Amino acid sequence: MTVGGRTLVLTEGLSLWGGMDPATGELIDAHHPQRGANLAGRVVIMPSGRGSSSSASVLAEAVRAGTAPAAILLREPDLILSIGAAVAAELYGVDVPVAVLSPEELAAIPDGAEVVVGPDGVRRA
Amino acid sequence: MRLVVRAAEVTGAERLIDITAAHVDSCLYHGEASLDFVARLVDGDAHVSVPTTLNVGAVDLLHPDLNRGDPATVGRGRLLMDRYRALGARPTFTCAPYQLADSRPALGEQVAWGESNAIAFCNSVLGARTNRYGDFLDIAAAITGRVPDAGLHRTDARRATLVLRLADDVPARLRNADALAPVLGLTLGRRAGSGVAAIDGLPPGQSEDRLKAIAAAAASSGSVAMFHVVGSTPEASTLDEATRGIETPVEELTLAELRAARDQLTSGAAESLAAISLGTPHASVEELERYASLLAGRRVDARIECLVSTGRDVLATAEERGIAGRLRDAGVELLVDTCSYIAPILRHAAGPVMTDSAKWAYYAPGNIGAEVVFGSTEECIASAVAGRVVRDDGVWGEA
Repeated sequence: MTVGGRTLVLTEGLSLWGGMDPATGELIDAHHPQRGANLAGRVVIMPSGRGSSSSASVLAEAVRAGTAPAAILLREPDLILSIGAAVAAELYGVDVPVAVLSPEELAAIPDGAEVVVGPDGVRRA
Repeated sequence: MRLVVRAAEVTGAERLIDITAAHVDSCLYHGEASLDFVARLVDGDAHVSVPTTLNVGAVDLLHPDLNRGDPATVGRGRLLMDRYRALGARPTFTCAPYQLADSRPALGEQVAWGESNAIAFCNSVLGARTNRYGDFLDIAAAITGRVPDAGLHRTDARRATLVLRLADDVPARLRNADALAPVLGLTLGRRAGSGVAAIDGLPPGQSEDRLKAIAAAAASSGSVAMFHVVGSTPEASTLDEATRGIETPVEELTLAELRAARDQLTSGAAESLAAISLGTPHASVEELERYASLLAGRRVDARIECLVSTGRDVLATAEERGIAGRLRDAGVELLVDTCSYIAPILRHAAGPVMTDSAKWAYYAPGNIGAEVVFGSTEECIASAVAGRVVRDDGVWGEA
């Protein structure tokens, strides 16, 4: 599976529950540095998931509503986001890859770049 | 079972282990995806195979008048709660299942819990073992009775890899104040991220209500699934036990950092107030008794909406003991099965709303658009009576 999109670099982890409005894709966490950004269709890069165990549901609902990120790239595995993506793929047939890359690999990807995420990794589009 | 196996792939587990109980968070409605998923389980005739408690839903089923959302959404929220009940889970509808005498797993017991505060409490305070089971996987584990043998299910992952020590300038009376717990938890979450830290420097024997406040805050500002409080939590009777005697980095928490964390929880400069929200996570019987004692002989100001969230089973106990009646007589509204920052409940959601919960203060601005004033429980009750923000900075020392 291969998906493409423009990167959105979040400088802190985000809890999708309480942090993203699945109706619009907007980042609504009042304490987050990138508050107000829109995650819909973006290749979201962040250090880690965070917070609520409801984030799996929010990711699945965002996929249903068409507001989900195209892919999520992390520095460490996040079971909650991975399961949310697996359920969304099963229910709606849309894949949102949740992938773990090294800090160096992630740091090399600029904010706002068009990239392609596939089984072999991330490359510029 | 496919979800449980997928979880094993993500966590790198080599085998699955049996669990004895589950706490399921998936019953909170987040949109039609929530119902689409449970429909698959119902169609497959699924049933939980271990004793399973349910987390909060989007609706107070016992006090329908308190639900102020649009009726269609309230109906969907109620339907989801019914669906999970039909899978054989107990309709506890609380984020604090550890307050129910028959839902407290023992030290070392393997379980699968959802709800971030409950996960952190389960590992840290009960010493039972769970990973952060998010929605979908929690019910999948309850149905299969199995989870991947990974992370905090294994002894080696439960060791503190960071020590957070209260600095010398943190006054003794603050160390022993209820007001410190949520703020300390907030700082813990920021410093520890998803790691296991030990807090050193609190008087031994911290109450479960204080440890609950630490857990809820740490699981909001970070991904904390376990922490130790030296002298209070069961795997940390000493600092050496928490670190297993392995040399561990130590970081200091100063009074200035704690005060700054406390101040960040207040989103406005309000002096006027519209509402007070207590009981996040759900208030225990002891906390309800405390609110009633603090209010004794006084009433909530007529302009203020004072809402306390609790579990339906705790409320039943509080009714038996006359505590609920005392609270209602003093002008307090009691909410069960849900919480005031996840569903349209408050009449004055825009606020300003005062709360003693770091978790409520953290999420309410984004979730319900509330302006938040954070304070101690005593400050919240005093403010409820006065009808405006009342502060007592005494325990926080000199500025």
